Amino acid sequence: MFLCSHFILTQPVTFLVKHQQRCQEMEFAELIKTPRVDGVVLRRPFLPTVEGTLCLTGHHLILSSRQDNTEELWLLHANIDAIEKRFVGSLGTIIVKCKDLRVIQLDIPGMEECLNIASSIEVLSTLDSVSLMYPFFYRPMFQVIEDGWKSFLPEDAFKDLESMTEEWRLSDVNKDYSVCSSYPPLVAVPKDVDDDTLRKAAAFRHGGRFPVLSYYHKKNGMVMMRSGQPLTGTNGRRCKEDEKLINATLRAGKRGYIIDTRTVSVAQQAKARGGGFESEANYPQWRRIHKAIERSSILQESLIKLVEACNDQSHSMDRWLSKLEASNWQTHVKEILTTACLAAQCIDREGASVLVHGTEGTDSTLQVTSLAQIILDPACRTIQGFQALVEREWLQAGHPFQQRCSQSAYSNSKPRCEAPVFLLFLDCVWQILRQFPCSFQFSQHFLVLLFEHTYASQFGTFMGNSASERSKLNLSQKTVSLWSWVNRPQEVERLSNPLYEANCLVIWPSVAPQSLLLWEGVFLRWKRSSRCLDEAYDEMVHIIQYNNKELQNKVNNLRRQLAQLETEEPLLQTP
Amino acid sequence: MEHIRTPKVEQVRLLERFSNKSTSGTLHLTATHLIFVESNNTATTAAQEIWILHHHIASVEKLSLTTSGCPLVIQCRNFRVVHFVVQRERDCHDIYSSLLRLLRPVSYDELYAFSYNPKQNEQQREEGWQLIDLGAEFERMGVPCDRWQLTDVNRDYKICETYPRDLYVPITASKPIIVGSSKFRSKGRFPVLTYFYQEKKAAVCRCSQPLSGFSARCLEDESMLQAISKANHNSRFVYVMDTRPKLNAMANRAAGKGYENEDNYSNIRFQFVGIENIHVMRTSLQKLLEVVGSRFLSVNDYLLGLESCGWLRHVKAVVDAAIFLTKAVTVEGASVLVHCSDGWDRTAQVCSLGALLMDPYYRTIKGFMVLIEKDWISFGHKFADRCDQLDGDPKEVSPVFTQFLECVWQLTEQFPQAFEFSEWLLLQIHEHVHSCQYGNFLANNQRRREELQLGDRTHSLWAFLLREQQNYLNPAYCPTYADTHPVLEPSTLPCHFKFWRNMYHQFDRSMHPRQSVLKNVLTLKESNCQLEDTIKDLETRLQKHGISPPTPDPQASPRDQRILPTRPHSLILGAPLSRKEAQRQQEEEEEEEEVGEEVTECCSDTERTVEGSSGTERKESYSDLQGTYGAKAEPAVVSLEFGVARMTC
Repeated sequence: MFLCSHFILTQPVTFLVKHQQRCQEMEFAELIKTPRVDGVVLRRPFLPTVEGTLCLTGHHLILSSRQDNTEELWLLHANIDAIEKRFVGSLGTIIVKCKDLRVIQLDIPGMEECLNIASSIEVLSTLDSVSLMYPFFYRPMFQVIEDGWKSFLPEDAFKDLESMTEEWRLSDVNKDYSVCSSYPPLVAVPKDVDDDTLRKAAAFRHGGRFPVLSYYHKKNGMVMMRSGQPLTGTNGRRCKEDEKLINATLRAGKRGYIIDTRTVSVAQQAKARGGGFESEANYPQWRRIHKAIERSSILQESLIKLVEACNDQSHSMDRWLSKLEASNWQTHVKEILTTACLAAQCIDREGASVLVHGTEGTDSTLQVTSLAQIILDPACRTIQGFQALVEREWLQAGHPFQQRCSQSAYSNSKPRCEAPVFLLFLDCVWQILRQFPCSFQFSQHFLVLLFEHTYASQFGTFMGNSASERSKLNLSQKTVSLWSWVNRPQEVERLSNPLYEANCLVIWPSVAPQSLLLWEGVFLRWKRSSRCLDEAYDEMVHIIQYNNKELQNKVNNLRRQLAQLETEEPLLQTP
Repeated sequence: MEHIRTPKVEQVRLLERFSNKSTSGTLHLTATHLIFVESNNTATTAAQEIWILHHHIASVEKLSLTTSGCPLVIQCRNFRVVHFVVQRERDCHDIYSSLLRLLRPVSYDELYAFSYNPKQNEQQREEGWQLIDLGAEFERMGVPCDRWQLTDVNRDYKICETYPRDLYVPITASKPIIVGSSKFRSKGRFPVLTYFYQEKKAAVCRCSQPLSGFSARCLEDESMLQAISKANHNSRFVYVMDTRPKLNAMANRAAGKGYENEDNYSNIRFQFVGIENIHVMRTSLQKLLEVVGSRFLSVNDYLLGLESCGWLRHVKAVVDAAIFLTKAVTVEGASVLVHCSDGWDRTAQVCSLGALLMDPYYRTIKGFMVLIEKDWISFGHKFADRCDQLDGDPKEVSPVFTQFLECVWQLTEQFPQAFEFSEWLLLQIHEHVHSCQYGNFLANNQRRREELQLGDRTHSLWAFLLREQQNYLNPAYCPTYADTHPVLEPSTLPCHFKFWRNMYHQFDRSMHPRQSVLKNVLTLKESNCQLEDTIKDLETRLQKHGISPPTPDPQASPRDQRILPTRPHSLILGAPLSRKEAQRQQEEEEEEEEVGEEVTECCSDTERTVEGSSGTERKESYSDLQGTYGAKAEPAVVSLEFGVARMTC
């Protein structure tokens, strides 16, 4: 079910040669002490061992058996999270732990070779220089039908909004990223609010993240906005422009909800550092609700504990359950989903507008706003719509992907800003997908694919931390977009959910602990042979396609034929 | 009928288990059922009805009076929990005391099976009982053969009254050996064959614990084990699996019972596997139900509860034991003797689960019935006591069979292609083990069943299930999987054991996925067959016009030739058909007769109706917005219990 990095595997060797040449010109050459070793044995769980030649290039670790029909291993250095070395006599073993949570073992004859390989991998997998990253070197071996960099422009998204309402406008107040460094150049704001007000409101919000439109609910015209925390500080500063800005989104006599993703006490503590929350006195038309989504450092710890629990070889049920509990992962899933449901509920059931923020407004805020849209908006449940959502609510909205995803669950180095914020979002989407298996156009393969590419990728999509960084790196010119790869017919088909039937309803997931499952497709993916699950899935796909494609077409054809005959024949008989 | 004081109470409120939502309606009490009918139904939605069979009720509790009325909480053996509020206390008390009497029948004659009449003729009923033939099953395994034979020692239940009449023993085990061995075994349950692994001629035998005490021995019993060992040339020894924890087995020695001393028995390898006893299992499941039954449960409390109740640990212990058995037989080719204390609880679990791993036949619908008939019914698992069919000793009640079904479910999750049946079959069997609607599971052993003349006076569940077996099919089942994987090797990592929500929350609709993959695929598969028929029909009609059908495309030929009639009408999990939906389906079937009708949506439009969910019933769990939302009722769905609807028409 989860063949990983398939496209890397299928690149022809000529490419490898060219690629190596290029790399040798670069400074990679001096980092690679031993470029190749023969007689290396690759061991992976549930797969046959492979013996072959190990090659190191600037960006890949390659193991080839040099035989036809046998699989080669192509592993991006960027995908390597940690390595361990062991020696038995002159036979060295390197355990490679990947960011996609897979663990593989390489047995390398010769101590020196092994040490060289290990140190090269260590250096190559932790290169800090952005310009050396693989997406800048990768040349697509597929035909780009639609350039993903141009697929989801804010202008286009706004055209849809314009067709529904005239209350909003697209402001270019941030066109040189000077008002808010993590916002895109174009943002949607209330029509009656001018750019000057926006600038003043930005000064009052964390990171300059003034309230902007996140989602417009067509059904009742209610909206969801997001921002950073207000900088009220301990002496309760206020900002009339900020108040004006968000009040401009309310209809006359209506109240709105502010969903603060932090607990009351955390929000209180933030005041001491200049942050804070909207007080009732200054925002009388808004009702504030506090939820408890954890900060990113706690989430990273949770991921590490969860993966450790999943890799535990002990056969004790009690140990597994207590470790799973101690990881708190499922609690985070439940909290995030619950908050998203609450936001969706305010909008759809209460008919109220909502403003969502936490501290910076780049993590838990985005989890909530994007999940609420999955629940409310059927368009987000399509393959294209989901890409648009990720583009709009994560990439454009300034989720710092590069910082958050530079290390995964195995890394020994001290965590800096790493956190599985986006992975938790994907997990929540998977939970909803499990509960509404026919309402999504994509299958979990798509979610797993996104998880992989946020941590290591040949595409430039998830590089950088914000729109401004991406534009400085000139990614749209120098790299290929993941969406260019995804939006080709064969890939779309692979990622499609065969059971999909468009469902225009709001979908309310259950958040009871019994309804939330551990995402096996990611966390237990390498813990069992997936073959029988894959085959069962294929069988299901077959049943559905056999029905939809073959049989129904055939019946329709036959009926048409028969109808034709029956109308023709009386004519023939009359004369 | 004399126990029913009030046949009908109006204005009763039914509280939702996991939210603050409620519906009001009328409660009816009949001789066999408690029925709740929702009252304020509008024209667009069918009224919700809940039918609860008296036998399914495990406990009735009257809570203290509140301002809104008198609460009555009913817990069922199929894990349904209903919470009624009755306006007048007198009515509540009448229902309460009537139920108390009705749910504790004192004699078998009061059980539903003896009055249940599904409008079948006598011949059909008799045929139902003949569907499963254990003699034929042993023949299928290759027994009798040159080493194993049928013995008539128990023909009149004289040697062991809890065993069946027909027993298979090694050819070399003479009658005196058998009689001697049986006297040395608890309840006379001496070692007999339960499964024969033909490929290696290895046997799985079962018995009860030996009456060894601290030092007693029995030469006949030793010869019996010797005979079992000798009947298998592959291995020089026979494994003796004591499925109990060692401590329990040792404690039994003080009571003159115990386990085999390896010094006394030549050629045995003795092994404890540590499955806990019925009392531990009963408490464990009770704790589990308490944990998952609490409202506003946090993830941490849920996981800690799962851990501390130990239920999954026990489930894994049973699967581990079955894997041990399977490896000994299929890999080592050794024969294995399995026992616990009396040899009718843990022994039944391990033997049947082991056979399921070893033999693909038991993974088919029919084979699974045969397996239950053999290892559970005929070998005397005490269904009456364990399932509390009659008012008896509460200490004898234990979810041993439920646990076995759960083990099977865990395997179906690991091997989605290996089983012909889906979890719906397991749930349905579980339902009827407790319903006492069919004769199969009544009483504790075959001898008693014969006395009760169940074969003459009741119906067989197997016939009912086989008749509608298309409802229980696993769409991903691949018959050839058995060729490549004759023996299943499940993972025993704890992370692969999951909480069986569809069993323990079967009736808590709000917890389930709102769309069912299983239901959808089954429906599509069914419609595939209908389409194939339509194609055939159209082709014949075209032929009449002189057009021969195109040569069949080998790729388009159906993979599966089974004809699938309509899908389940009353399976709770599959979000049952509402009356309207059923009606629409019927209309559609009629429409299909006409030619010229485009068929594109006909099979998919109603059946794949999306069950959009309603936020109202979930809202409590999300939010701290107190009651500010207008409650909007969800379209009601008829949730008749399994098989019961049939009875009422």
